[in-house]
Amino acid sequence: MHKNKSNSELDTKQDAVLTALKQSIKNLDSYTHVRGESLYVDDVNIRQGTFHAVVFDSPKAHGKIKNIDFSKAKALEGVERIFTYKDIPGKNEIGGIIADEPLFAEHEVHFWGMPIALIVAKTEFIARKARELIEIEIEELSVITTAKEAKAKGSFINAPRSFSLGDSKKAFKDCEYIFEGETFSNGQEHLYIEAQGAYAEPLENGNIKITSSTQGPTAVQKTVARVLGLAMHKIEVDVTRLGGGFGGKEDQATPWAVMAALATYHLNQSVKLILNRHDDLRMTGKRHPYESTYKIGLTKDLKILAYEAEFLQNSGAAADLSPAIAERTLFHATNSYFVPNVTTTVLSCKTNLPPNTAFRGFGGPQGMFVIESAIANAAHGIGVNPRQIQEANLLDENDTFSYGQIAKKVEAKNSWNSAKEIYNSDSLQREVEEFNKNNNAFKKGLAFMPITFGISFTNTPMNHARALVHIYLDGSVGISTAAVEMGQGVNTKIMQIAADVFSIPISKIKIETTNTTRVANTSPSAASSTADLNGKATLMACNSLLDRLKIVASEDLHSSEKNISLKDEYVYVNGKKTELSWTELISKTMLKRVALTENAHYATPEIHFDKTKEKGHPFAYHVYGTAIITTTVDCTRGTYEFDSVKIVHDYGKSMSKGIDLGQVEGALAQGIGWMTMEEIAYNDEGKLLSNALSTYKIPDIFSIPKEVEVIPLDTEGHELAILKSKAVGEPPLMYGIGAYFAIQNAIKAFNPNYNLKFHAPMTPEKVLMSLYSK
Amino acid sequence: MITFILNNKTIKTSEHSGITLLDFIRYEQRLTGTKIGCREGDCGACTVLVGTLRNKIIEYQSITSCISPLGNAHGKHIVTVEGTNLKNKLNTAQEAMKANYATQCGFCTPGFVVSLTGFALSNSEKNYNNALDAISGNICRCTGYKSIEKAAHQVVEKLQNKKVTSFKRLIDNRFIPEYFESIPQQLEAIQTKELNQPKGKIVSGGTDLYVQQADNLIDNGVHLIADKDYLKGISIKNKTCTIGSNATVTDLWNHVELNQLLPNLRKHLKLVSSEQIRNMASFGGNLVNASPIGDMTIFFLALNSEITITNLEDKERRIALKNFYQGYKTYDLKDGELITNIIFNLPTNDTYFNFEKVCKRTHLDIASVNSGIYLSVENETILEAHVSIGGVAAIPKYLQETSAFLKGKLLTTQTIIDANQILQKEIAPISDVRGSSDYKRLLARQLFFAHFTELFPKQCNLNDFVQHA
Repeated sequence: MHKNKSNSELDTKQDAVLTALKQSIKNLDSYTHVRGESLYVDDVNIRQGTFHAVVFDSPKAHGKIKNIDFSKAKALEGVERIFTYKDIPGKNEIGGIIADEPLFAEHEVHFWGMPIALIVAKTEFIARKARELIEIEIEELSVITTAKEAKAKGSFINAPRSFSLGDSKKAFKDCEYIFEGETFSNGQEHLYIEAQGAYAEPLENGNIKITSSTQGPTAVQKTVARVLGLAMHKIEVDVTRLGGGFGGKEDQATPWAVMAALATYHLNQSVKLILNRHDDLRMTGKRHPYESTYKIGLTKDLKILAYEAEFLQNSGAAADLSPAIAERTLFHATNSYFVPNVTTTVLSCKTNLPPNTAFRGFGGPQGMFVIESAIANAAHGIGVNPRQIQEANLLDENDTFSYGQIAKKVEAKNSWNSAKEIYNSDSLQREVEEFNKNNNAFKKGLAFMPITFGISFTNTPMNHARALVHIYLDGSVGISTAAVEMGQGVNTKIMQIAADVFSIPISKIKIETTNTTRVANTSPSAASSTADLNGKATLMACNSLLDRLKIVASEDLHSSEKNISLKDEYVYVNGKKTELSWTELISKTMLKRVALTENAHYATPEIHFDKTKEKGHPFAYHVYGTAIITTTVDCTRGTYEFDSVKIVHDYGKSMSKGIDLGQVEGALAQGIGWMTMEEIAYNDEGKLLSNALSTYKIPDIFSIPKEVEVIPLDTEGHELAILKSKAVGEPPLMYGIGAYFAIQNAIKAFNPNYNLKFHAPMTPEKVLMSLYSK
Repeated sequence: MITFILNNKTIKTSEHSGITLLDFIRYEQRLTGTKIGCREGDCGACTVLVGTLRNKIIEYQSITSCISPLGNAHGKHIVTVEGTNLKNKLNTAQEAMKANYATQCGFCTPGFVVSLTGFALSNSEKNYNNALDAISGNICRCTGYKSIEKAAHQVVEKLQNKKVTSFKRLIDNRFIPEYFESIPQQLEAIQTKELNQPKGKIVSGGTDLYVQQADNLIDNGVHLIADKDYLKGISIKNKTCTIGSNATVTDLWNHVELNQLLPNLRKHLKLVSSEQIRNMASFGGNLVNASPIGDMTIFFLALNSEITITNLEDKERRIALKNFYQGYKTYDLKDGELITNIIFNLPTNDTYFNFEKVCKRTHLDIASVNSGIYLSVENETILEAHVSIGGVAAIPKYLQETSAFLKGKLLTTQTIIDANQILQKEIAPISDVRGSSDYKRLLARQLFFAHFTELFPKQCNLNDFVQHA
């Protein structure tokens, strides 16, 4: 009986999702995307005389530059000039959080792929050939590639950070069960299909315009100004869209734009610098690998009483965003669970890898993997199913996070219970057990993965945005914000907001490029909060304009502005349609000399965080959800497939259901990729071995789960989310963590001697070795 | 002059025939819908269609333009995403991508649209699995593919499960623009003479050479042979199959008779790269590439194939493929010599063939270990055996001793376990980015066992092997 009830509930919910998808707004760029007419940096029309640039980078991970001979390269026909640090008029410094990263190496190199010089030539082909002719002599120094090694040698980016709640040391004394262990999660290549690139053009008076594939136009502008020794107003940065970002273009789009600008500065000619894939893979940082240790203590009834963890973050050769990423690891170290006694510490370890950087989840996934490992280990030791421990410790209303924020409007239990009920998880579990009983060559595994993810930049001052809205005199609308469109659909959401406030069709609205001369001093499009921040600013600007329009209409129609509303391009008085159309209203507003432009500034209220105490209220709200992942492992070959991923996700009140579902599905695939096939490999000398798409594999259409179901959690949403539609970019990535544990459970079903290991990714190699380990 | 039709425009160019089709399209023709993702055929963002006129009918195939020499476009119809666009409205594949939210950042999207259009134009059966194969070489980092699957379903639905689709029908159903109808005439009209070929590196499909040494090929001359008909074709005579070295993996895939004789052929070939690459990659190229892990090489080694080698004076010699390889990337081929074909005996009722491959990602990836086996069995006795294995030696390895051991033995679990002992002595895997040597050893054993559980499911099962090995 229960099963039937549940199934009909599932059917109803699935139907609702399908209906919503049919009606929901499509990404506004869809039309030009599918026709190949959308423009990316490499597609912009270039000016006559444009030069092309290629970066010469370090062929060693650590050493002193004894000598570089550029003479042969310079002599090659078509080579215009080669730039090094000596050509920098301002500061040779591109570090964002900490000033510890030169644009070009001076006397030492710190990672394999570190930029040393920029070759500028008539064509990219010539520049590449010239690169082969450069001779460099490096006196090698010892190379550190792992965080552990760095810790042993005392090599750190900054001081360690620690969060604590209660007294974990004391609490362990009251624990029935205590488990300790080690985990490793590897890095991850962003693999935006559009590689890094920028195009710089000289304007008059020594001004420079840069078209960049960046998530952070202001970061580019600020850094170009610093390196060239110019005022920021001389630098204009324009972004149409990105062919994928995922955090990889938050900070690391900057150097290429700076290099192109530097060459333009000297040559007074346009310069294009687009990294080819191999250069991009070798020179840019990735998701941080983490080596961690944990200690978890539970009571008899499986309550986690105490948790301690030390996270060693492999930061690479410079700070980049590592300190902020390390911080978020601590924020999410207990995932969806309430643990009363917590001590967590993170160390940003300086190594000789390219500086690792932002990647969807921003340190959160690495933290969550550790507590999920701890739970799996504890469950194995106690002899219970991990989901019993997970379920016994889910966060509740008014629980305190280790950073002091009180949990409000918590949906952890709601999403967990909904997933259990809607998908009938008990019967799923039975099916898996039944299958495993009857099959030897194949085994199935199932795992639950709850998520809780905080929304806001954890650096409070970054939580702001502006929108500039013009209503043109024909009634069409142009909107500029700080948001960078990279496929996440933020421009579509902003358009929806304006269309909703003015009640005009979306064909009357244009979202402009993101440009530092229209919207200045912006935060990057990151932290899942781009739509919240820029959407709220847009909403404010549109509402201000609406108020003014209402006054004009009320004067014209001799009514109070309180009675005025706009609907489907007409003015309504007391709910009755008048003759006054949207376009006429705009003409009248113009004639009355009332401004048709508005600039609004939004700063997230309520949030604060005190780094001296490591306590505060850093997040506007949290996003919740639960995934159930089922896998089938081929025990002959060590390969695996995912049968299904069944999710209940907290969208709040989703304003763009198709776009938001796309974010969940895409993030899930990336999360599974990180946990399974995506394997970054460096050798001991610090050379990247997974240096091409032939050696670094991301999910293809055949490797994704056969079935992905995402049912929205029934909730009220949150006022600090734009139109109560919660941020959706990062949180679903962490559902993918369940993939690791599902596979591990299948391995356990085949090999009773298997000792649990927490070493991601779970490649087919690790699976096969584990299946036959003794 | 290289002459071809690009979308609806005749191109005559004296450009170097070795530059990539991608660079020509993007930077000389300013058709920027074709994107650069990886320049090694591994992402599909640069997918275009190649139409070849045969007996007044055009056959279209998708390829990755980043590793295709411009000269190979000579006499062909090349279709980019712009060439699939209708005026002021979306074509059916585009509409399906849009309606199902199958585009996010948009960078991979034109590649998917072109592949799906290629599927509509191809003579494959219009079912969902074939549609997926058509986009198997397209990588998307944003969507997680579920929306793209829905788009593929919608495309299949619109094609109504018909096999042959005329231009007229496709035009009426908004799959392609109207100008396609004039392409056969246009292609006849340009009447291309064979290209004057310079001396230089011999290139057929170019699918490996352009990954390894594109700049070098652009700088030096290339001698293109992909269009040389005498090197093409698959013929079956007297239980023997001869495959021209210029034949592509797709030619094998499409061969009706071979698919009957080797019922799992497509299952095996599906493990070999992607449809775009299978449309270009030649067998000869795979053999002389001499990769220790070359899929087709391992495949033909297990079939105990022979190859014909022809020199500049057209003198032929024939050797066993297993004797061709001498060391890492070295082989028995003298200056001026070319492999012209591969010959093998076709399986009969008493013979069995299997191919196994494991890599990080099942499709469009290079194997950690791959292996082929050919067995002739009568009354539970192995009369003949040929086992090959890749990724565990400097050369694509024919397992001489393992094969010899199996010959004459009873087909029992113990025989197979004993044979594995010999196999393990014959291989010498090294640790690299495709796996540790321990892993490759274990995987070699497992794939060897897998041959038998696949071919003789009644007699052999994993449990017995594992318990006794």
